[in-house]
Amino acid sequence: MATAPIAAETLRFVRRSRQRDLWFATLALVILFAACLTLFGLIADLVIRGAPHIDRDFFTSYPSRRPADAGILSAWVGTVVVMAVTAVIAIPLGVAAGVYLEEYARRSLFTDIIEINIANLAAVPSIIYGLLALGLFVYGAGFGSTILTAGVTLALLILPVIIVATREALRSLPREMREGAFALGADRWQVVSMFLLPAARPGIMTGVIVGLSRAIGETAPLITIGALTFIAFLPPPPFTPEFPWISLDWLWSPFTVLPIQMFNWVSRPQPAFHELAAAAGVVLLALTLVMNGLAIYIRYRDRARRVLG
Amino acid sequence: MSAETAAPAGDLPAIRLDAPRAAALGAIARKEAPALKARVENLSFWYGDKQALFDISMPIHERRVTALIGPSGCGKSTLLRCFNRMHDLYPGNRYAGRIVLEPEGIDIIAPKTDPMIPRLRIGMVFQKPNPFPKSIYENVAAGLRIRGVRNRAILDEQVEKSLRRAALWEEVKDRLHASAYDLSGGQQQRLCIARALAPEPELLLLDEPTSALDPIATAHIEALIDELRENYTIVIVTHNMQQAARVSQYTAFLHLGKLIEFGPTEEVFTRPRKSMTQDYITGRFG
Repeated sequence: MATAPIAAETLRFVRRSRQRDLWFATLALVILFAACLTLFGLIADLVIRGAPHIDRDFFTSYPSRRPADAGILSAWVGTVVVMAVTAVIAIPLGVAAGVYLEEYARRSLFTDIIEINIANLAAVPSIIYGLLALGLFVYGAGFGSTILTAGVTLALLILPVIIVATREALRSLPREMREGAFALGADRWQVVSMFLLPAARPGIMTGVIVGLSRAIGETAPLITIGALTFIAFLPPPPFTPEFPWISLDWLWSPFTVLPIQMFNWVSRPQPAFHELAAAAGVVLLALTLVMNGLAIYIRYRDRARRVLG
Repeated sequence: MSAETAAPAGDLPAIRLDAPRAAALGAIARKEAPALKARVENLSFWYGDKQALFDISMPIHERRVTALIGPSGCGKSTLLRCFNRMHDLYPGNRYAGRIVLEPEGIDIIAPKTDPMIPRLRIGMVFQKPNPFPKSIYENVAAGLRIRGVRNRAILDEQVEKSLRRAALWEEVKDRLHASAYDLSGGQQQRLCIARALAPEPELLLLDEPTSALDPIATAHIEALIDELRENYTIVIVTHNMQQAARVSQYTAFLHLGKLIEFGPTEEVFTRPRKSMTQDYITGRFG
């Protein structure tokens, strides 16, 4: 069979298309490199300046006027307890709201309005949440500038993230699973609790951790509600030697958190404090990375196990 | 229109025998003539504005296999899913007429009947195997757990019994706590049958249970259906006419949402009364 030459017109067209692809790919790659390099540069700078200061004393010392003695004890304890309060409030509320919207509520104007609201709430600047909390919790409810207020405020902040993640996770389950469960005679609560939630857990956990790692770095709303920037004591312990052995007094304690401690150090004139801020930044960054790593681990483990709940 | 007009909506005796037809069943007929497990009476169904079933009436005989056949889109799965109110899971669906479940004569599709009532008494196996992402054991035990059974001994016993009935026990008895997803497609479908059998349903609905399976797995399931007939009333949807002929005692032929013909399988396949049935089973359309 004789082969006819491909028309020059076609060849030119193909060459032009290929060239366009090449241009775009090159441009995208350059931008990608620039972005990654900037990020790595920032992290490297932080680590180089901060790492030498990270030792045991750094974690066990209160902040001090002398840079050599200063540590982040009150800040990391504050971060941990505030995160605990946030998680305890945001996870049950967020998951329950997601389950309700996805599995129970019939589509109506009411649920449409709620849906739009949740989508918008996720985009509200965090300082607005701080202002809301200042009026509502600090003064309105009389909680004051306490760990409780901080936890509730951050819980509100990440609630939309958890609700949306829960709904997405439930929606991505195959409809055969729902039908199979209903066909066995399950009521809605059984379908949700025995089958859907365990299967949706990897997705929900991912959302929860993404939310928490957003909350852990928040500074603005906590400053707004009156978090202290210099604090040389710890909240009262949650366990007491006498009955009832558990105390919730720590909820009412003033607090500081890592990003606020950093903010405080950065705004001081002495360069030594700037290095401490970098060190605190490394700790905060490490915490966030660990949380994100945990999210990825949970997702992969559950996918591999295939026996859930 | 239907070959065997079901009892009118009035309160006739719950169990109605059709003596000549029962006799015609010949070899497959048991000593006693089959009673009715359910009656479909003037059933119509709408997906939103679109009517999918038109005025269907037919009996479901006890301890017999009733096959629903017809070209795709004829409404056979839609009809099957009326029996356990699966359509209630999606908004906008509407039923008219009655499906009477014997012996009590409850109308399954009446709005005042809680859909959980038929679902607790009627088991279903779906087109695609749909085991839960749980262990083999927990899949079979799921129906019992839903019914509040917690006693370990009862669960163990019922799980073994159901897996044996589904002809799966020998293959899985050493790995009951492995994931159901580790099973092959055919095994998964038998697991789904075991799951449906565990709560001892009165009626078993099979929605093209072999359409996703290879010929060997299909043969397994067909043999199983034949055995289950001893104890269960079965309604099976199939697009495979040979399968309908092999496993069923009664056949309903549907076309475009209408019941064209109903009768003993032997009659429907050897001397259909409607030319459309003849055309379909001889492969002229569908």
